[in-house]
Amino acid sequence: MQAFAALLDGLIYTRSRDHKVRLIADYLRIAPDPDRGWALAALAGTLSIATVKAAAIRAMAEERFDPMLFRMSRDYVGDTAETVALMWPDVSQDIVAPTVSEVIDVLNSTSRARAPAVLAELMDRLDANGRYALLKLATGGMRVGISARLAKIAFGQAFGLSVDDVEEVWHALRPPYAELFAWGEGKSERPDPADSAFFRPFMLAHPLEEGNVDLTAFAAEWKWDGIRIQIASTGGETRLFSRGGDEVTGAFPEIAAAFQGIGVVDGELLVRGDLQGGEAASFNALQQRLGRKNVTAAMQAEYPVFVRLYDILFDGTEDVRALSWTMRRNRLEMFVAKLDPARFDLSAIIEARDFDHLAEMRAAARAAAIEGVMLKRRDSTYLAGRKVGLWYKWKREPLVADCVMMYAQRGSGKRSSLYSDYTFGCWTPDGALLPVGKAYSGFSDAELKWLDRFVRNNTVARYGPVREVEKSLVLEVAFDAVHESKRHKSGIAMRFPRISRLRRDKPADEADTIANLRAMIG
Amino acid sequence: MWIDPSRPAERALVTHGHADHARSGHGAVWATPETLAIMALRYGTEMGTPVAYGDGFEAGGVKISFHPAGHVLGSAQILLEHAGERVVVTGDYKRRFDPTCAPFEAVACDVLITEATFGLPVFTHPPIEDEIAKLLAARAANADGCIVVGAYALGKAQRVIAELRRAGYHAPIYIHGAMQKMCDLYAAHDVPLGELILATGLAKAEMKGAIVVAPPSAMNDRWAQRLPDPITAMASGWMRVRQRARQRNVELPLVISDHADWTELTDTLLELRPAETWITHGRTDALGRWCELHQLKARALDLVGREDEDEG
Repeated sequence: MQAFAALLDGLIYTRSRDHKVRLIADYLRIAPDPDRGWALAALAGTLSIATVKAAAIRAMAEERFDPMLFRMSRDYVGDTAETVALMWPDVSQDIVAPTVSEVIDVLNSTSRARAPAVLAELMDRLDANGRYALLKLATGGMRVGISARLAKIAFGQAFGLSVDDVEEVWHALRPPYAELFAWGEGKSERPDPADSAFFRPFMLAHPLEEGNVDLTAFAAEWKWDGIRIQIASTGGETRLFSRGGDEVTGAFPEIAAAFQGIGVVDGELLVRGDLQGGEAASFNALQQRLGRKNVTAAMQAEYPVFVRLYDILFDGTEDVRALSWTMRRNRLEMFVAKLDPARFDLSAIIEARDFDHLAEMRAAARAAAIEGVMLKRRDSTYLAGRKVGLWYKWKREPLVADCVMMYAQRGSGKRSSLYSDYTFGCWTPDGALLPVGKAYSGFSDAELKWLDRFVRNNTVARYGPVREVEKSLVLEVAFDAVHESKRHKSGIAMRFPRISRLRRDKPADEADTIANLRAMIG
Repeated sequence: MWIDPSRPAERALVTHGHADHARSGHGAVWATPETLAIMALRYGTEMGTPVAYGDGFEAGGVKISFHPAGHVLGSAQILLEHAGERVVVTGDYKRRFDPTCAPFEAVACDVLITEATFGLPVFTHPPIEDEIAKLLAARAANADGCIVVGAYALGKAQRVIAELRRAGYHAPIYIHGAMQKMCDLYAAHDVPLGELILATGLAKAEMKGAIVVAPPSAMNDRWAQRLPDPITAMASGWMRVRQRARQRNVELPLVISDHADWTELTDTLLELRPAETWITHGRTDALGRWCELHQLKARALDLVGREDEDEG
């Protein structure tokens, strides 16, 4: 556990990405099995210990500490796990610290009710850094600035493997990744999981910032505002995966049931509706279905889902990723023809004469509530990740509105001492402000400092961690869309709001009205 | 008569030389000889009446005496005695070993006015030997670069240097110009710091493998750009909390503090068991809560003009 704790601390304090990768790689080479496999899973976010949730840590803390002292400490530190780790008394020097795998085994074999007590016993065997690592390991949220991708890069670097090769098999394997390490150390062949339905990494697009592309080399499709989905089926088993490779089969059982075919396809999951060119509902409708492990028949009927397919990775058992987009498109058209049209259709190719014509069509697309255009190089093979020059997303310009800051909340992690989450509102006809959204990005570090100071100097009331501020600061907020929402008093909600500018020059009473925002719905 | 007044006062008792306790411009000052020397260095020709540890004098029927606080060179607690009642003002204090100053003395009292800079149960300062070992290990692992240690110019810097010497590190230690006079003052008060070299104006190559001690304000300054691949370390009790260290862009946090940690604060209260405790300077709410839980009478004493995160 100490080696893993030292690794976590190293990652927390190291700013350079390369140095972080090196720290992980060094650990993965040296640490014993299966500790290092569990550690890799923890860093990549694939470790889940069902018996320990954040509530277990709070329960354990309440058992040991005075609630008021704990709350004061938690408010100062900004992170529950770290607070508990720091407050916990050091017991004895001569007790043997548990290993990472012992921790995993013990926690996996207990019950949710027993977990706080079991965790407490482990805590007693560790020093402050070890306790911090234990709690982070147990709850999963590492917050060390490591993406799953970076963890895989580090694994590749540790054993001299290409990260794409690691990605290819990654999703078929489970922690603690014994086969992966055996392959890495040259003790066995690359794992071959062909007989199971597993996730292959998506090909991703770069934003098209400016300039144009030649439409004889690139095909254009509409960019649908749903969730990217991969369907993998061996015939016997069909599974659905979202962007990060998370399985979402349980949330959309009707899709898995309707998929009659063997192969792996790539598309957009949408809810039927009359937006998006009259074919699909807003992203908001889809959100009703997301994040649910099980769905009722009523949900399925109210939000009917379908998949608009745009690529094929495996046709039957044949890997077609090395074929050009044009050839894959032919395969896909034949493949889709055999599927249930109520659940699966093809993403149409936009027929534009040239780029200017496409630009006109894109400009007109806002009225049809379409997010933008995808541009795909006709001769591109299907490559994992975001490769330059092959696929572009050409989103329509964001919408903007001038809103007034109403409340602010401190961030978490690195931003735990800064007021970095802002709720903002627009005016009603009778001169009141109603919240229309919340944003915590889009500003520079210098602007964040300024905003933090603004909040501290203009607080008019406090509600726990939330401060209400003087309604004087105008924030220009950019967002992708605005839609009806019953959850907010204003009756509207923004999609992907971010702060685009601080309008310190603008008087608050000149900010936008709710009616202005309503006019942008669609 | 005032203790550590934040505005110029006719008559001032000063616990120690840190700027938020020892201000300039008072009429008459009573302090330890070391504190007076520090004030003279910082403010020029300031004079005062020296009071040695254990010594006292009388003013207006109150007996006033100074006792070691273990915080920095010359730091004192002040004991006020009147009509059989004893009041102790701790000033800033710590109870850990410190080769650069006299150790804290527990002074029995009826009313204790205690600091609470690290008055939250998350603050436990680890043994300084462990932190110095971390610093030396980082230096050994970065032979081509240097380690720049942010440390408050009065007290912390000299303690880090003295502890490095105690750990057997005898190579020259490089210091920022702002620290030189204070280090000289310490040396003149029999606190040997070994060979110190001014880091200003040296070639990068000369500083390879060096340990450089600088005030925290200089760390993100242009001054630090002249150092060869510096690793940023910071010696402060605040480094205990990871996100605090990260916000200050610290790569090597060293949890070294000249203040009492939570355990020292609470142990001191249990040891002295004053009839009443007044808490000032820091987290008054948490230490007050602890007193409540331990059935000790306590109240918060709000002071003006105090900032808590500058040193520590």
